[in-house]
Amino acid sequence: MLELQNICWTAPDGKEVLKNINLKIKEDKLIAITGPNGSGKTTLARVLMGIEKPTSGRILMNGEDITDLNVTERARKGISFAFQQPVRFKGITVKQMIETAAGKQMNKESLCSILQKVGLCANDYLHRDIDATLSGGEIKRIEIASVLARHTPLTIFDEPEAGIDLWSFQNLIEAFDEMRNDLDGTLVIISHQERILRIADEIIMIADGTVADRGPGPEMVAKMLASEHANSRCCSRKEVF
Amino acid sequence: MSQSMKDITKKLLELVSDFKGNFQGAYNIREDGQCAGRVSSENIIIESKKDKPGLDITIRPGTKGETVYIPACVTKGGIDDLVYNDFFVGEGADVLIVAGCGVHTEDDSEARHNGIHRFFIGENAKVRYEEKHIGTGKGEGNRVIDPVTDIILEKNAYLEMNTTQISGVDKTTRKTTAKAAEGAKLVIRERLFTEGDQRAETFFQVDLNGEGSGADIVSRSVAKDQSYQNYVSTIVGNAPCTGHSECDAILDDDAIVDASPRLYARNKEASLIHEAAIGKIAGEQILKFRTLGLTEEEAEQKIIDGFLA
Repeated sequence: MLELQNICWTAPDGKEVLKNINLKIKEDKLIAITGPNGSGKTTLARVLMGIEKPTSGRILMNGEDITDLNVTERARKGISFAFQQPVRFKGITVKQMIETAAGKQMNKESLCSILQKVGLCANDYLHRDIDATLSGGEIKRIEIASVLARHTPLTIFDEPEAGIDLWSFQNLIEAFDEMRNDLDGTLVIISHQERILRIADEIIMIADGTVADRGPGPEMVAKMLASEHANSRCCSRKEVF
Repeated sequence: MSQSMKDITKKLLELVSDFKGNFQGAYNIREDGQCAGRVSSENIIIESKKDKPGLDITIRPGTKGETVYIPACVTKGGIDDLVYNDFFVGEGADVLIVAGCGVHTEDDSEARHNGIHRFFIGENAKVRYEEKHIGTGKGEGNRVIDPVTDIILEKNAYLEMNTTQISGVDKTTRKTTAKAAEGAKLVIRERLFTEGDQRAETFFQVDLNGEGSGADIVSRSVAKDQSYQNYVSTIVGNAPCTGHSECDAILDDDAIVDASPRLYARNKEASLIHEAAIGKIAGEQILKFRTLGLTEEEAEQKIIDGFLA
């Protein structure tokens, strides 16, 4: 459903962050993109959403070239994006955000169903502002709920585990696990977390702006664990998880 | 209700006081300085002042769940309407007061309303006060609304004041003072929108005089184009009390916003806080809504609408 052809992205300071990325992402799969910090994972996710425009290369979605489409146009084409650090709003309630995401008014039952997927009770949250009164974990879960409300063919999560507490993380894993079992569209999750990688159909390893490795989830996890074990024996832990 | 009430007045009333052809409860409609309709209820008595333009609104002690509407409309340029309305709220009452104001002009002359409202809120009484202001019409003349609100809160009295300037008011100077006795609470929520060359100035002065008294003032505003806003709030803690003042403003284009939240602690047990934040809409906020399929303009409007809601 998604194909990246020779994607390059150079930062304003001249650093080449993405170097000739070629990828094909299949439909109805959970794809995890992992790799060390600074390897280009988040940039790749932002390029997919149209937040960053590639310096060169093409992005095809179901055969259509979407390289020049902006964020709004890609969202309308069916791409969703959950931010690593969700933004806060004074005056925008959880209900308003989810309804905006869904593009329609929703009854309480539907809203409740979406919030339940991320472990939140609608009665406690629907009318709360998405502001500084919410914890990092709560904001993160609301961000994910807003993306789930869209039911798009492609959903990208940028390090959903970042900045949340252990309890929220446990709920998050359960939410992804549930999505994994009831997949309707493709999920791309940028993550370092072994527990997220373990539920992936496919794992793509990015290192130094290139695709260093890719393969089926269980096979890749085993490979990375073996690599980590080997590295730990010589006291040089490689950061993959 | 007067059959001869102007259509413009009806439209303004719909905008500022949710008028739907009639009011349920006591009311007085002021149109171009004249009374266009008045009804008292058993518990809410509305009478004209004897010595100056305006009303005495007396709410009997213990009145519960009733609403009184005191809207004022100026429908044409060349009118400078000054009115003095006094609200006497009896002990233990629990009521809603709606007092919107709309000014309209289709010519080059100024249309102005200056409403001076005084609230005397008795012991243990609870009042919610809704005030919406709007300017309409295509005339070049300024639409001006200068409200003055003076509040006296007796022991354990409570007033929640929601004051909103929706749009179209070219100049406004909004002055509010309050004095709170023991246990009395004041909550103010202000929402302001200015655009073009409009100017809005807001002054709050709250004296917390009684032990356990409190004030919570939150002002949110949006200033676009070349408009100017000035916000000054002063909370004086003369007793063991709590006070909070918050001013948040969104700036766009070449607008200017000045904010001065001031705290004066005159008692060591006074606990006073102020916050002020002024800035443009964060790019990340717009981006979030764009990832949901909104255009940049739609995202900005969504954020502003939410902020001022």
